[in-house]
Amino acid sequence: MSSEVPPRLNSLRNGPDQRGRFGSFGGQFVAETLMPLVQDLAEAYQAAKADPEFRRELDYYFRDYVGRPSPLWHAKRLSEELGGAKIYLKREELNHTGSHKLNNVMGQILLARRMGKTRIVAETGAGQHGVATATVCALFGMKCTIYMGAVDVERQKPNVFRMHLLGAEVHPVTAGSGTLKDAMNEAMRDWVANVHDTYFLVGTVAGPHPYPEMVRDFQSIIGIETREQMMAVENRLPDVLVAAIGGGSNAMGLFHPFLDDESVRMIGVEAAGHGLDSGFTAASISRGRSGVLHGNRTYLLQDEFGQIAEAHSISAGLDYPGIGPEHSWLNDIGRVEYVGVTDKEALDAFQLLTRTEGIIPALECAHGLAHVMKIAPDMAADQIIVLNLSGRGDKDIFTVAEHLGVSL
Amino acid sequence: MSRIKARFEALKAQSRGALIPYLQAFDPDLGTSLALLKGMPAAGADLIEIGVPFSDPSADGPTIQQAALRGLKAGATLAGVLEMVRAFREDDNETPIILMGYLNPIDSYGPARFCTDAAEAGVDGLIIVDLPKEESDLLAEDAKRCGLDIIQLVAPNTPDARLPLLLDDASGFIYYVSITGITGTRTASADELAAALPRLRAVSPLPVAIGFGIRTPEQAAQAASVGDAAVVASALIATLATTLEDGKATATTVPKVLGQLAEIAHAVRAR
Repeated sequence: MSSEVPPRLNSLRNGPDQRGRFGSFGGQFVAETLMPLVQDLAEAYQAAKADPEFRRELDYYFRDYVGRPSPLWHAKRLSEELGGAKIYLKREELNHTGSHKLNNVMGQILLARRMGKTRIVAETGAGQHGVATATVCALFGMKCTIYMGAVDVERQKPNVFRMHLLGAEVHPVTAGSGTLKDAMNEAMRDWVANVHDTYFLVGTVAGPHPYPEMVRDFQSIIGIETREQMMAVENRLPDVLVAAIGGGSNAMGLFHPFLDDESVRMIGVEAAGHGLDSGFTAASISRGRSGVLHGNRTYLLQDEFGQIAEAHSISAGLDYPGIGPEHSWLNDIGRVEYVGVTDKEALDAFQLLTRTEGIIPALECAHGLAHVMKIAPDMAADQIIVLNLSGRGDKDIFTVAEHLGVSL
Repeated sequence: MSRIKARFEALKAQSRGALIPYLQAFDPDLGTSLALLKGMPAAGADLIEIGVPFSDPSADGPTIQQAALRGLKAGATLAGVLEMVRAFREDDNETPIILMGYLNPIDSYGPARFCTDAAEAGVDGLIIVDLPKEESDLLAEDAKRCGLDIIQLVAPNTPDARLPLLLDDASGFIYYVSITGITGTRTASADELAAALPRLRAVSPLPVAIGFGIRTPEQAAQAASVGDAAVVASALIATLATTLEDGKATATTVPKVLGQLAEIAHAVRAR
């Protein structure tokens, strides 16, 4: 979308190229049946992006339905507790449906309507993207089919029920490991079989071009607002941006408007699961290598023969063996640092934020906070960290209770 | 002359279409799938497609997904599949072999090394489901250097304007995906097929194989006569699956699958 920070020459913000690539990553690796669809979609998106009316419509829904702008909260007690940098939270968890996911689905459903599609399919991991998609389908009276791994259906029952209430069909996927990657496969199969009326509403900055670009653009509102809010309050740019990464949409949304600001350090936090070297991890950049899955080239968790590995994280939303291709590129050029945080560290962070700020964070962004806990104490009091608080944690209380040995 | 070209020319001289059965490598184990592979020419296979198991076969329906999982469980690797082809070539130097799979295992193996090794093992063509023309520069030159045909897929929703891009420098044969959907589900009607072929004939002189959704001897016979070849995949794998006990092959596995293939071949040849 029209970003309010004009990109400069040699900007890091001009990607992807004509082939949908960020460096060597991205592209359009899909079956021939899907090729006309992704090409149509890329064209339709470029047209919408250039149309001021589309932007006006999106702004209207962002403001009056999503509830934007989301506040930038100075977390004073958290900052004091950690004793170092000044910590701000970008409060995406206050959006309607409780996460940053609605930014993207709102943009895409407006595009689907523009394209004359009447049916939406989507994949979901934790269920946040599924709930967000079902929500806008209800809002616009569109048919909605959500694919969700059977394992995730089991561990995210409240979200499954929410989707049902919103009028969506939820299909549990038992193929493969029964998690997000398998749901993605199944959604792609549905799209191939129902190309005439169906729009595939991807929930993260991955998939064939134009999805990584488009989802990033819709999520960039996070960084655009953060920049304005930071200038208004502090009259300067932040020193460090931190965001948790599964596919990487909330991080891309926060980072992208700042990519050309060299003074701003950016850290993407991957889910290390039981530990980066435990074999039970979701850290695609730290422990994966370049490969092709779900329409794009990117870092993937895979074995030596190119079979995709199963990801592991306490957080269903980070439980994906890949990552958006733009992140892979930003890693390789060294613009963004990627680190890992374990399940245990995320649980500790989850509790800390709840007690110090009265905010129950999603386990996803608790990973981001866990890294903030590591770096903030070593920073000066006049330095500023912004953490993207991408979702609220109500959905996770059952998981957390179980790990804390409490039965509800 | 390549084996694929020679085979289609020979069949043309006999005025009949080709039958292309599919098997998933290592499904449910190496020995069984090698026995199937070796038995297929005598049962009526004119060309053979070998599926390379992949963990995330997103264009395939449940039947082939299950077969891929069985293959992986049995230890399938790309190198192992090439080994199978090498074993097949010990007795058969004429039946064309086409590997069908997804890009990542090849990417992981290294596209250049893979093309060299595949050609050396006796592979004739490659169908890489998630490698569209726009991305095919990844291995197009290596494939050409090694004499491997990259079999181009065309779908019902491929626009006419796109056909020259896909087919102008295509080789081997054209694989017409007869339905917009995944493998082993719906079947295209005779009218749909009849309407599709002239679109392809107008752009390319290559033989056209029709696949996806061909299950019965009648459907195969019809596809092989409307086009130049019929691909039968899920129907054979579904039969294989019914013969398994606890996921393991039984004495009936190979005879049942080859029996079904012979029946289909009979229908194709009767046309």
